[in-house]
Amino acid sequence: MNGMPLISYIFSIAAAVLVLAVVLTLLLKKRLRERHALWWLIIGVLALIAAIFPRVLENTAQMLGILLPISLVFFVGIIVLFIASVQHSAELTDLEEKARTLAEQHALLEKRLRDLEHAPFYKDEDDAGASSDDCDQ
Amino acid sequence: MPYSLDQVLIVMPAKNEEAVVGNTVAEVKNVLPEATVLVISDGSTDRTAERARTAGADVLELPINLGVGGAMRLGFRYAHLHGFPVMVQLDSDGQHNPANVPGLVNLLDAANVAIGARFAGVGEYKVRGPRMWAMRALSTTLSLATGTRLTDTTSGFKAHDSTAISLYKDDFPAEYLGDTIEALVIGHRGGLKFTQLAVEMRERAGGVPSQNAWKSTKYLGRAFAALGLALIRPGAKNSR
Ligand SMILES: Nc1nc2c(ncn2[C@@H]2O[C@H](COP(=O)(O)OP(=O)(O)OP(=O)(O)O)[C@@H](O)[C@H]2O)c(=O)[nH]1
Ligand SMILES: [Mg+2]
Repeated sequence: MNGMPLISYIFSIAAAVLVLAVVLTLLLKKRLRERHALWWLIIGVLALIAAIFPRVLENTAQMLGILLPISLVFFVGIIVLFIASVQHSAELTDLEEKARTLAEQHALLEKRLRDLEHAPFYKDEDDAGASSDDCDQ
Repeated sequence: MPYSLDQVLIVMPAKNEEAVVGNTVAEVKNVLPEATVLVISDGSTDRTAERARTAGADVLELPINLGVGGAMRLGFRYAHLHGFPVMVQLDSDGQHNPANVPGLVNLLDAANVAIGARFAGVGEYKVRGPRMWAMRALSTTLSLATGTRLTDTTSGFKAHDSTAISLYKDDFPAEYLGDTIEALVIGHRGGLKFTQLAVEMRERAGGVPSQNAWKSTKYLGRAFAALGLALIRPGAKNSR
C-alpha cells in the first residue's frame, strides 16, 4: 500500500461502496431504470477498483503518460458525467415530444367529447333517430 | 379563386387572450362567414377557451403550453383530420385583418404557402432595435435560401395548401421561433413553394403582448441560432 495512509485507503473504498449502494438500492426499489443507472454503475465500479487497487490507477496513468494518477480520476469522471448528462438531455427532448403528442391527443379528444355531449341525440336518447346525422364535426 | 371559403380552416393560436379573442373570432366570422374558425388555446390560465367558444369558434384546449409552433402542428393535424384543403394561421389578438384571407388563399394556386408580410410597403406596423435588425437579416438570409423574396419571415399570418398541411402535420417545430424561421426551412426542404402578400398589421386590440424588451433582445440571438440550426440540420426525408 505504497505510502497511502490507511485512513484515506478506507475512505476511498467507502466512498465507492456508497455510490454503488445508492445506485443499487434505487435500482432494486425501481426508482431508477437500468438504462439510466448504467453510467452511475460504471462510475461506481471504476471508483471501487481504483480504491481497492490504487496500483491499477497508478499503472494506467503511467501507461497513458499522465503524471498525476488523480488527473486520470478527474478526467474519466468528467467524461462519464458529460456523457450521462448529454444522454439525459436527449431523453428529455424525447419526453418533450411525447408530452407534446399526448397534449395534442388530449385536446382533440376533449373537443370530441364536448361535441358529443352537446349533440342533441346524446342528451335525449329517445330522439336519437331524428338528429343523429349531426355527428361529423 | 382556387378554393371556396368553406374549404378554409382558420387556426388562431391563443395564449391568455381572453380580453381580445372573442372580438377577433366575431370579426373573422363576420368577414368570412363560410370559413371554419378554430381557436387553439395553449395552456391558457384565463377564460380564452370559453370566450372563443361563446363567439362561435371551434376550440381545442391544450392542457400544457406548447408554444405557437406546438399549437400550430395541432392545427395542421386538425386540418388534415377533417379534410380541409386550406389552413390559414391568424393571430388571436386582432392584429391580422381577416379581409386579407381571400387574397392569401388566392395565391395558393401558384404556391403552397402564402405569407402575409408586414414590411412590404403597406401599413405602418413597426418594430425597433434588435428585433428589427434580426427580422431584416432573417428575411435576407431566408429569401436567398428559398429563392423567393420574403420580407417578413416571422409573420404569423400564413395560408397553407394541402401539400403544406401534410408536410407540417408531421414536422412542425415547437421551439421558440420554430413556427416561423425553421418552418420556412423545413418547407423549402420539403419542396414547398412560398409567396407573400403585403398586408397591413394593426395594433393589438388589447391584452398583453408576449414580447417585452428583454425578450426582444434575446430574440436576436435565438433567431440566428434557430436559423443556423435549421440550415445545417440534415433535411427530413420528404419525397412526397
Ligand atoms: N399557442 C400559443 N400561442 C401563443 C403563445 N404566445 C402567444 N401566442 C399567440 O400568438 C399570437 C401572436 O402573439 P403576440 O404576443 O401578439 O406576438 P406578436 O404579434 O409577434 O407581437 P406584438 O406585435 O407585440 O403583438 C397571438 O395570437 C397570441 O395569443 C403561446 O405560447 N402559444
Ligand atoms: Mg400580436
